[in-house]
Amino acid sequence: MRRMLGPGLLLMVLIASTVAAADKTIPMPADHAYAALKPGAGVEMTRQQCVSCHSTDYIVMQPRGNAKQWDGVVTKMIKVFGAPVSDQDAKTIVEYLATQYGN
Amino acid sequence: MTIDDLSRREASKRIARLGALLAAGGLAAPRGVALAQDDPVAGRPLVRYPEKTDLILLTSRPPQLETPMKYFDRAITPNEAFFVRYHVFPIPLEVDLATWRLRITGRVDRPLELSLDDLKTKFPRAAVTAVNQCSGNSRGRFSPRVLGGQWGDGAMGNAEWMGARLKDILTAAGVRQGAVQATFDGLDKPAFPSVPDFVKSLDITRIMDDPDILVAYQMNGAPLPMLNGYPARLVVPGWYATYWVKNLSEIEVVDQVFEKFWMKPGYRIPDNACGCVPPGTVAGRTVPITRMTVRSFIASPAPGTRVAVGRPVTLKGIAFDGGYGIQEVQVSADGGTTWRRADLGGDLGRYSFREWSAAWTPSQAGPARVMVRAFNRIGESQGREPLWNPAGYLRNVIEHLDLQVG
Repeated sequence: MRRMLGPGLLLMVLIASTVAAADKTIPMPADHAYAALKPGAGVEMTRQQCVSCHSTDYIVMQPRGNAKQWDGVVTKMIKVFGAPVSDQDAKTIVEYLATQYGN
Repeated sequence: MTIDDLSRREASKRIARLGALLAAGGLAAPRGVALAQDDPVAGRPLVRYPEKTDLILLTSRPPQLETPMKYFDRAITPNEAFFVRYHVFPIPLEVDLATWRLRITGRVDRPLELSLDDLKTKFPRAAVTAVNQCSGNSRGRFSPRVLGGQWGDGAMGNAEWMGARLKDILTAAGVRQGAVQATFDGLDKPAFPSVPDFVKSLDITRIMDDPDILVAYQMNGAPLPMLNGYPARLVVPGWYATYWVKNLSEIEVVDQVFEKFWMKPGYRIPDNACGCVPPGTVAGRTVPITRMTVRSFIASPAPGTRVAVGRPVTLKGIAFDGGYGIQEVQVSADGGTTWRRADLGGDLGRYSFREWSAAWTPSQAGPARVMVRAFNRIGESQGREPLWNPAGYLRNVIEHLDLQVG
């Protein structure tokens, strides 16, 4: 071990740490399990469409609401945030949300 | 007034508000709203992200992480505990300083491409200690509840920021006659081109008049964590964090008011003195959110701590405002009937958290509630009743802490 810590290796470590200081890379943790959507009709469609832009904790943390609330949310995602979701799929998602996260 | 009276009164007010909302045809509130709003962070996991310590998870992707209340017993929030809030995904996970540049473009005489070294060596260093607070901090406590990130109270932090003055950078670029605003864009870019990129704007006059607006490359003496804006972020002391663009990469000087999504309709408040409307109603005319309201918190002891009759307890916390500076912090142990002045800690400047502490000796066994409020140097304070607006911004009601005595 002692021999491995010779001047050559020390120099390499120094160079490596200089390079590391100039750059930064971080891993992105996976979506947390607390975000899991409740099972129910339309859950797969909802998950597929929503997770391309955000984790589903954005859904599960919201206040519960009726179909009007969730239609407003899904419409905003499409019209304002440009989510590429068809009318038919949007209807499925709203029904799912209003059923599983309704009041 | 006893604690029970207080809770009953609050509960009946909540129910009244809920009724008004339902009558107005607004969003129906969830079952058990009174309980749910009492602790928005209940049930949320603690997670550890790169360069961060254990924080309360709000969302994974884009990440939103909340600072636990225990960190607000001191003026400076450690970098590793500082909250995280991104708007669009993907977020930057990698920065190569050999290629990273801050570009200054648009209505300028000399477009610039600055490396981090340029920022550090070509402009005088400036520092400011300032609170960075999300516009929607404490949104999870709104009643009736509102859509959006359901934050508890931890979407805030205070740090010493060091960097180059934004006005020096714009002066070097030479702002042209007729320029009205500058826009600020970071490395976070949405997954689809149809999703509005997170871009914010400030008036040129605001920038040139305020030497404390920085492009900061240091936070509490260290490089910024990636999730707090490495290698540089905008610092706009006194104003909500929405303007403090992270992982800053482009400043464009423009000749009209910039009104893309995150300036309009995003991040706007009712255009009136309180930035509020009757609970459950819609806002009429709106303006961009800007300056922070006065707030104060009790961070220690922890909620629910058991304390002894007749033995003094030290209450500790922080207070802040939108840049006038904290004049006084007061505590009450009788439901707000009488208030006592707290001791203030060192003054780190008018934009900073101000530490406070107060001794309180419980006189009888049972549940107890202590309250805190602050006043700034122009006399602004906190209300007994929370203000309300549809986006869940500006919250600054008098805060309290519940303890067990005996």
